[in-house]
Amino acid sequence: MTISIDPQKTNNESLQPKGWLRYFSFSLDHKVIGIQYLVCGFLFYLIGGSLASAIRIELASPMSDFMPRDVYNQVLTLHGTIMIFLWIVPVVNGAFGNYLIPFYVGARDMAFPRLNAVAFWLIPPSGLMLVASYFVEGAAQAGWTAYPPLSITTPQSGQIIWILSVLLLGGSSIFGGINFIATIIKLRRPGLKLMQLPMYCWAMLGTSLLVVLSTPVLAGTLILLSFDIIANTGFFNPVLGGNVVVYQHLFWFYSHPAVYIMVLPAFGLVSEILPVHARKPLFGYTTMVFSIMGIVVLGLVVWAHHMFTSGTPPWMRLFFTIATAFIAVPTGIKFFNWVATLWGGKISINSAMLFSCGFIINFVFGGITGVALAQVPFDIHVHDTYFVVAHFHYIVYGGTVFIIFSSIYHWFPKVTGKMLYEKLGILHFIITFIGFNLCFAPQHWLGLNGMPRRVAEYDPQFQFVNQISSLGALLMAISTIPFLINVFLSVRNGKDSGDNPWNALTPEWLTSSPPPVENWEGEAPLVEEPYGYGKEISERE
Amino acid sequence: MLNKNIYLILIISLVFAISFWIGFNVNLLPTEASINAPIYDELFKILFIIGLIIFIGMTIAVIYSLFRFRKRNDQIGDGIALEGNLSLEIVWTIIPSIIVLLIGLYSYNIYDRMGGMKELNHNHEMMSSNSEKIWAGISQTSDNEIAINNLSIEVSAMQFAFLFNYPKGNFISGELHVPVDQKVSMKMESKDVIHAFWVPEFRIKQDIIPGQPTILNFTPTKVGKYPIICAELCGPYHGGMRASIIVEEESDYNEWFNKNKKPEVNL
Repeated sequence: MTISIDPQKTNNESLQPKGWLRYFSFSLDHKVIGIQYLVCGFLFYLIGGSLASAIRIELASPMSDFMPRDVYNQVLTLHGTIMIFLWIVPVVNGAFGNYLIPFYVGARDMAFPRLNAVAFWLIPPSGLMLVASYFVEGAAQAGWTAYPPLSITTPQSGQIIWILSVLLLGGSSIFGGINFIATIIKLRRPGLKLMQLPMYCWAMLGTSLLVVLSTPVLAGTLILLSFDIIANTGFFNPVLGGNVVVYQHLFWFYSHPAVYIMVLPAFGLVSEILPVHARKPLFGYTTMVFSIMGIVVLGLVVWAHHMFTSGTPPWMRLFFTIATAFIAVPTGIKFFNWVATLWGGKISINSAMLFSCGFIINFVFGGITGVALAQVPFDIHVHDTYFVVAHFHYIVYGGTVFIIFSSIYHWFPKVTGKMLYEKLGILHFIITFIGFNLCFAPQHWLGLNGMPRRVAEYDPQFQFVNQISSLGALLMAISTIPFLINVFLSVRNGKDSGDNPWNALTPEWLTSSPPPVENWEGEAPLVEEPYGYGKEISERE
Repeated sequence: MLNKNIYLILIISLVFAISFWIGFNVNLLPTEASINAPIYDELFKILFIIGLIIFIGMTIAVIYSLFRFRKRNDQIGDGIALEGNLSLEIVWTIIPSIIVLLIGLYSYNIYDRMGGMKELNHNHEMMSSNSEKIWAGISQTSDNEIAINNLSIEVSAMQFAFLFNYPKGNFISGELHVPVDQKVSMKMESKDVIHAFWVPEFRIKQDIIPGQPTILNFTPTKVGKYPIICAELCGPYHGGMRASIIVEEESDYNEWFNKNKKPEVNL
C-alpha cells in the first residue's frame, strides 16, 4: 500500500498555530501530540510526587500528626491514581508511542490523527477534575483500587469524580491502543516486514492488545460501582446481596495487565536505547518478540494473585501461583538478552545508558520479589504490607520511570535539536538512584516485620527505618531539580546536536532533528536492520 | 581461555557463597510464634538465597560490562556484530523455567504443610448448621481430626475494632486470649467494610469480608503478646485498627476464661 496524505489535513495544517502555540492546539501532528502527552504527564508527575512527599512526611513519625486521617487516605488514593493513569500510562504509551511509532513504521502520521488528538485532550480535563475533587468535598479515599464496600460508604462526590475521571482516562487509553494497533499493522511503508520493526513497535503492539482487551472490563466494573453508589443497586454492596470479591476479580482483570501496560513499553524503549549506546545489535531479536507476546498472554491470566487473602478457593490459588511465577521466564529472557547486548560493546557511559542500567538492576530486584510474592504461602504474610509497596515501586519507579528518564536523555536531541548537559544528567541519575533505593529497599523489611500499607500511624519500633525511607524520598524530590534545570538550560542554549548525535540506525534518526512536519523530505527510508551495528562501519564513516 | 573460565567459576562460587552466607545469617523476619512460622521461614530462606544469587549475579554482570566494555577515548566504531546465540538463549529460557517450576512445586508443598490445600467446606464444626459457602484461609485442621479440641472463636470486625466471641463461655472480648500449643479455629465476618486479620509473628493473614464468612485456623507455639493488625484499608482510622493476641499457658488461659465466662441461664 502507499501512504497517501489526507488533503483536508494538509489544508488544516496551514491554518494551525506555529511555534510553541502548537502545543496548545488540537494538533493532528503525532510529534506534537507526543510532546503534549510527555509535558502533561510530567506536570502530573510533579503533583503525584508532591503527594508522595506528603505521605513520606506523615510517615517520618509514628503518630498521625501531619494531616488529618481522611486527608491522608485521599492523598494516597490520588497519589496512586495520578501516578498510574496520568503519568506512567500516558507517557510511556502515549508520549513515546506517538512520537516514535510513525517513524518506526515509516509513516507520516498515526492511522487516526483526529482520534489521536481526542485521546490526548481527554487527559488534561479528567486529570484536573480528579485533582479538583479534593477541593469540593474531599477526593476519593478508598485507595486507587476503590474496593467496595469502602468505596460505597466513603463520601460520594469524591468517589464519583474519581470514577468519571478514570473512565475518561481509560477511554483515552483505548483510543490510543486502537490507533497503535492500526498504525503498526496497516501503515508500514512498503517492503518493511514485521520482523524488521524496531522492538518498541512490538512492545506497543503487545501493550495495545492488553489495553484493548482489558480496559473495557475496568470501565464496566466502575460503571457498576457508580450505580451502587448513586442508584443504590446491589452489584457489589453486601447489604443488598452483592459480592465484594467479584469486584476484586473484575478490577484486577484490568489492573494486573495494567502493570504490563506500564512496563512493556519500557521494555521496548530500553531495547532501542541499549544497542545505540553500546554500539551492538540487540541480542536475540526473535526471542525478544516472542517473550513480549508470552508476557501478553500470561499477563491476562494471573490477576487473582492480588487476592490470595481475599478468600479464594485453594485450586485457584495454586493456578495463579504457577501462572504468575512463569511470567519470570519471558521477562528473564529479556534481561539476559539486554546484558548480552552490553557484553562486548563499546559502551558510552552517558545519562541515557546509566538510567537504562539502573533500570536493569532495579527491575531485576523487583522481579525477584515478584516471583516470591507469586507464591501463595509467601504472599499470605506480606500481602497488603510495605513489602508489596516496595515491590511495585521497584517495578514502576525503578523500572518504568527510570526508562522514561533514560528515554528523555536519548530522544531530547531528536525533539529539540539540542543536547542535554551530560554532567547534570549524571548528577540526576546518581541522586535518583541513591534516593530511590534508600526510599524503597528498607520498606521490604518494614512489611516483613509488621507494617501494613496505607496507614498514617505505625509502631514506634519502625520509626528509624521509616525515617531512612523518608530521607530517600527527599533525595528523589531533590533529584528533579537538576533535571528541570538541565531541560530549561538546554532548550535555551544547549549545544546543537546535529541530526543524529548518537549515530543511531533506527529510522527516526534518519531525518533532520527536529524532524519536518511530514517526518521526511521525500520518501521514508526502508530500514531493514534497525540494529545493524558493527556491520557497515566502513560504509558509515 | 582456561584462565578466563577459572575466574568465571571463582566469581560464580563467590556469589553463591555470599548469597548462602547472607541467607543463613541475616534474619529479616519477626519472632516465630505459630506452627506456620517455621515453615514460612524455611520457604523465605530458600527464596531469599535464590533471589540473592540472581540479583548479585545480574548486578555484577551489568557493572562489569559497563567497566570492561566502556568506550575508551581513542576508540571509534562499533562493538561486535553479534545478533544472538540460539543455544545460549535456549539455556536461559530452560534454566529459569526449571527454577520457577521447582519453586512452584516447593511452595505448593509448603502451602500443603500449612494446611492450605484442605477444603474446609464440610468438616468445620461451625459449618454444620447452614449451607453457606465458606472460603478458607490457611487451615491446620485435617479431615480426620475434626475440630473437637479446637478452641472455636467467632471474630467480628468493624470500623475500627475486632471483637472476639467465645461461644463456649458466652462472652465477648476485645483481646484475643488463646492457650499455647492448641489449635484455634476462627470464623470471621465483617460488619461493614473489608478488614483483614494479620498476626506477623504467626505469618498468617486472612481478609474479613462482609457477607462472606472466612475461616482461619492456627496453632500458637510461643507464650507472649502479639499485635493483631488490620491489613486492608478500611477507613480513616485504618492505621489504628489494632488488637492484641495473648498466648498463655493453659492454666493462665483457663483462669482468664473462667473469670469472663457468663453463667449459663436455664429457662
